[in-house]
Amino acid sequence: MDRIAHIYRLGLKELISIRHEYILIFFLVYSFSALIIVTAKGTGLQVNNASVAIVDEDRSPLSARIRASIRKPYFQTPRDLTFPEIGGTLARNAVTFIIDIPPGFQTDILAGRRPEIRIDVDGTAIGHAKMGTTYLKKMIAAEISAYLLGERQTPAPVVQQTVRVRYNPNRQNTWFMGLMMLVNMITMLSIILPAAALLREREHGTVEHLLVMPLSPPEIMIAKVWANSLVVLTGAIFSLWLVVRGVLGAPVAGSFPLFLAGTVVYLFATTGLGILLATIARNGPQLGLLCVPVITPITMLSGAMTPLEAMPAFLQTAMSVFPTTHYVQFSSAVLIRGAGMAIVWEALAAMALIGAVLFLAALFRFRATFR
Amino acid sequence: MNDRTDIPPPVCRIAGLRHRYGARRALDDVSLEIPAGRRVGFIGPDGVGKSTILGILAGLKKIQRGDVALLGGDMRSASYRLQVCSRIAFMPQGLGQNLYTTLSVRENCDFFGRLYNFSRPERDARIRELLAATRLAPFADRPAGKLSGGMKQKLGLCCALIHDPDVLVMDEPTTGVDPLSRQQFWKLIDEMRFRHRGMSILVATAYMEEAEHLDWLVMMAGGRVLAAGTPGELKALSGKETIEDAYIALLPEERRAGHRVFAAPPRAPSADGAAIEAQHLTKRFGAFTAVEDVSFTIPKGEIFGFVGSNGCGKTTTMKMVTGLLPPTAGEAYLFGGAVDAGSIAMRKRIGYMSQTFSLYGELTVRQNLTLHAHLFDLPAAAIPARVEEMSADFDLGNVMDDQAERLPLGIRQRLSLAVAAIHDPEVLILDEPTSGVDPIARDHFWELLAGLSRERQVTIFITTHYMNEAGRCDRVALMSQGRVLACDNPEELTRRRKCRTLEEAFIAYMREDDDGDDREAETGGAGGLERPATILTPPARPESRRRFDIRRLFAVAHKETLELLRDPVLLLFALLVAPLLLLVYGYGINTDIDAIRFAVLDHDGTAASRAYVEHYTGSPYFRNRGRILSPLEMERGFQKLNYSLVIEIPPGFARDLKRERSPAVGVWIDGTMPFRAETAKNYAEAVHLAYLAEQPEAAALPVTGGAVQIESRYWYNPNVRSRLAIVPGALAAVLLLVPTMLTAVAVVREKELGSITNLYTSPVTRLEFLWGKQLPYIVVNAVNFFALIAIILWVFQIPFRGSFPALVVGALLYLVASTGLGLLVSTFTRTQIAALVAAFVLTMVPAFQFSGLLTPVSSLTGGAAFMARTFPAHYFLDISVGTFTKAIGFQELATHYLVLAAMCVALTATTVVLLNKQEK
Repeated sequence: MDRIAHIYRLGLKELISIRHEYILIFFLVYSFSALIIVTAKGTGLQVNNASVAIVDEDRSPLSARIRASIRKPYFQTPRDLTFPEIGGTLARNAVTFIIDIPPGFQTDILAGRRPEIRIDVDGTAIGHAKMGTTYLKKMIAAEISAYLLGERQTPAPVVQQTVRVRYNPNRQNTWFMGLMMLVNMITMLSIILPAAALLREREHGTVEHLLVMPLSPPEIMIAKVWANSLVVLTGAIFSLWLVVRGVLGAPVAGSFPLFLAGTVVYLFATTGLGILLATIARNGPQLGLLCVPVITPITMLSGAMTPLEAMPAFLQTAMSVFPTTHYVQFSSAVLIRGAGMAIVWEALAAMALIGAVLFLAALFRFRATFR
Repeated sequence: MNDRTDIPPPVCRIAGLRHRYGARRALDDVSLEIPAGRRVGFIGPDGVGKSTILGILAGLKKIQRGDVALLGGDMRSASYRLQVCSRIAFMPQGLGQNLYTTLSVRENCDFFGRLYNFSRPERDARIRELLAATRLAPFADRPAGKLSGGMKQKLGLCCALIHDPDVLVMDEPTTGVDPLSRQQFWKLIDEMRFRHRGMSILVATAYMEEAEHLDWLVMMAGGRVLAAGTPGELKALSGKETIEDAYIALLPEERRAGHRVFAAPPRAPSADGAAIEAQHLTKRFGAFTAVEDVSFTIPKGEIFGFVGSNGCGKTTTMKMVTGLLPPTAGEAYLFGGAVDAGSIAMRKRIGYMSQTFSLYGELTVRQNLTLHAHLFDLPAAAIPARVEEMSADFDLGNVMDDQAERLPLGIRQRLSLAVAAIHDPEVLILDEPTSGVDPIARDHFWELLAGLSRERQVTIFITTHYMNEAGRCDRVALMSQGRVLACDNPEELTRRRKCRTLEEAFIAYMREDDDGDDREAETGGAGGLERPATILTPPARPESRRRFDIRRLFAVAHKETLELLRDPVLLLFALLVAPLLLLVYGYGINTDIDAIRFAVLDHDGTAASRAYVEHYTGSPYFRNRGRILSPLEMERGFQKLNYSLVIEIPPGFARDLKRERSPAVGVWIDGTMPFRAETAKNYAEAVHLAYLAEQPEAAALPVTGGAVQIESRYWYNPNVRSRLAIVPGALAAVLLLVPTMLTAVAVVREKELGSITNLYTSPVTRLEFLWGKQLPYIVVNAVNFFALIAIILWVFQIPFRGSFPALVVGALLYLVASTGLGLLVSTFTRTQIAALVAAFVLTMVPAFQFSGLLTPVSSLTGGAAFMARTFPAHYFLDISVGTFTKAIGFQELATHYLVLAAMCVALTATTVVLLNKQEK
């Protein structure tokens, strides 16, 4: 009973400390709101708002139709270029695609001379280059066939293909990005907050002070875990409802209590990782540098930002050691695909196991460091 | 007040000075003229405004209201401060607060010498003389952090005197310093004054004995000046014998109430046995023996004092008794049982107060007390009453709701003590509990201790530097260099050395112990009073009134470099993390989905349906994960991420195909990750088209195939492999994250540790300070840059096609910007915790999302586009990817350089504006 009271009191102390850090609170609120909104709305891997230019050397009704067929939201309204500008424009990263319609194009089409349209693509725009080219080709081809056939129906193919996308029929990127940014913010903050808090206690000598009191290291650690988890969890709930659902309009499919439970398990693992890092670093700069190669890879390579299957096999294996990979799977399964306990129990178990290992490692280091 | 003619023109004139911290009034209409060339003491209890007034005189604190003229100029004028600060020196409160702990004694002095633009030979000469005069010469290469408290103060003095100031301002320089070191310190001051005649010394002190020996005193109370004058005048004014009595007599009536001279009642011997027992305790740290064979027994209810020079092993012994440190040899016993570090029950019976303030500064006094009451398991109902009781006992009533870190040192000490005693422990272990506490509060405190000891039989184990306190102990142990020299009651110790006072006896014991080692060198043998042979070189102060002086910049850069070199772990991290990150990102960030995993829901199950599916299975873009049997199973498989695409063949597929009824094959795609869904959709459509093309009725293909040729050409990266663009792009991310993180705590750390004072009080300007700090980090990261380039060329084997100088120049500008961003973060934050979070939030997302690494910047929208354009990452990413893969150079990138350069200027300007040159 005393132990629980200690953990409660020490945790309250953490919360009071955070309350006075106005700049910290500002950045907490910022990362759970504006940063998620801006990133989810403005960025994404797939072709969206891609930049296009047209070198229209034909200036015919057909070339105008082609120009008009380049549509939002995939592409921006094309801007006009002259032929000699192509190389320089691509080199400066000004646009990703340049469509070159040669002189006499419409005449050649009508005469059946099979003229050539060229699309110059910046091959370094890796997310857009291939798929954007495919879209452009389709759009141009469709426009030309509509021009040639007029209102006539194309005959049905031998086999038709109907593509249906589950869970997110319009492939709305903001939903997924919003959710994954939320996951990233949870990860980042739940590692740094307890790590920096413990480091501060270490630099100010207050850990030593605690150790002469009737407190055990696990009590001190669990207090840090619950208090910092609570801060992050509060931010996460607020962000999920007001930002991801509210501002970004993502439909949250699955069970909210299940998501909450999984997040608590995940926070146990990440706060433990934070404490572990703080027992390794000896001062603030060291902690900062230690956090970078932990936090950025696990957020970037957990499947939240790029597809997991695109990574080399050894990295995929390596990433499954980190709780984030499981949490990304868990949260997308619950919130996007509406999965239940029967589906996600493995991810939950993995997070709990990793969390336990991290907590024990942190406890071991804690005893070794402060004794 | 001082119309006397024999007083020289004042060194400073203060008129109507007021200062407040929030609602608390620290200085209340102070007007004062201080004579020049004197040793002037500021005395009074904690929180009367001594530190505030000294801080203002040193130019450290901003003047809120009132006028201060120092050395004839207005201290409110920034240009005058810059000009006069090379004539002022400041030593802040606390032991070695403004020193750099990892730098050696010589390096610390050298840094201050450089700040004042002394040439190398001049610096060397002055350091040699100062170290000789302070007897620190044998320790010239020892890191400042490893010096004893007394030695730290001497080093502080060297650093303060290196530029030969006309005014030396010291805030409680001898607090926490043992009597011998204190004596030496004052002797040193006198020598310095002998060398530099006319130097004014303004000093705050908590030792009334010290005040007796000063030339002129300012007695303060409640933010006001009670009286000022020579000690003789003040004694005459009050009609008292000592300054201490004079001070109390001059206090307004209501403040004096309740004070009486304290004497501990004699202790009734008890036969209860030992509360604390140490047997042959020894502690070694590596080759250094901190405590050697120390034994003592403290009976229950005794007040046992530990005295000795700083660093003699008192604290280490205490830590072994509390169980904080395991002894190398020997054993400690509490209440007859061996000290067991894990024993919770035993810890509840002990109250421990460590030497450094180790409560929570961000909590209020009340919160600190309540927290500890709970942690010691006091019954919840009794806690508020107990907290009130402690507040009354330790006179904390009017600061109960103030944050502890904002309180003056003495009041913080009282709080620490209240916390140590809150659970009514049987044993109190107090490490210098009264350091920096004013005499009245100390008397009161000793009354409390005596009460605890005599009435409640509490055993008290205490260390102190105040000999009048040691005299109040039942028994005292004298410690030196890890050994106990003598242990007896104070009267006996004094008598044995035939001294009048315990202080003299202490010094006598210490001198006896000097046997040709450290202390010998430090004290200069028998500590003769003879004048040192050397006379300091006459003041040759290289005046630099320039707003920007490259020498001061290099002084800061040199210091920063040394600190970096003294933290090899950090340096190692700094040089390892960047390559590691590049490798991880280079291999890990990839958007080339080679194979979409799919499953087949075949309701037809004929040769024709299998032939259709075979097109997918045979495609390199798909990987068949087998058959599923029902839509329910399909749902489960999607949820478990077994596959991300399902081909559903309708029943009667073969039949419809034969009858040319154009059967519709369903393709289900997991839309969780839109990018993957999009890719899968494209692949599926391509395979489907390929299937159709193979059918005999190829004419049924959608038209246009024949009408036009649409050719695409991928520039720079014909196969559109991620790596070719991601790896040079990741260079931009790494060179943002690592430098920013390195510098993000650089300034805020100095704020937390106290050395920021040197910016406030020395002639170094904000720009010199910032650029000086930035320079070493730019160099470290430039090393990183070349290492990363090597990795890109030889590990990732990505060919370099463009202009290398263009890349290097871009990288340089970029590093200035990213280290500048870190410094900006460091300037507007107050704690390292906030700085770390801010640095992460400000760099992590932009480095990947707004840099063009994953999404081309030209296609970003809204806030993301704005952030990308106002953030340096994407400009360098263009330079890096451009020079690597696009074979371009300066000409194409001209605007990028301009924007980066503009950002460097903007970042520096903002940081300079936000960085205060004075404390608020």
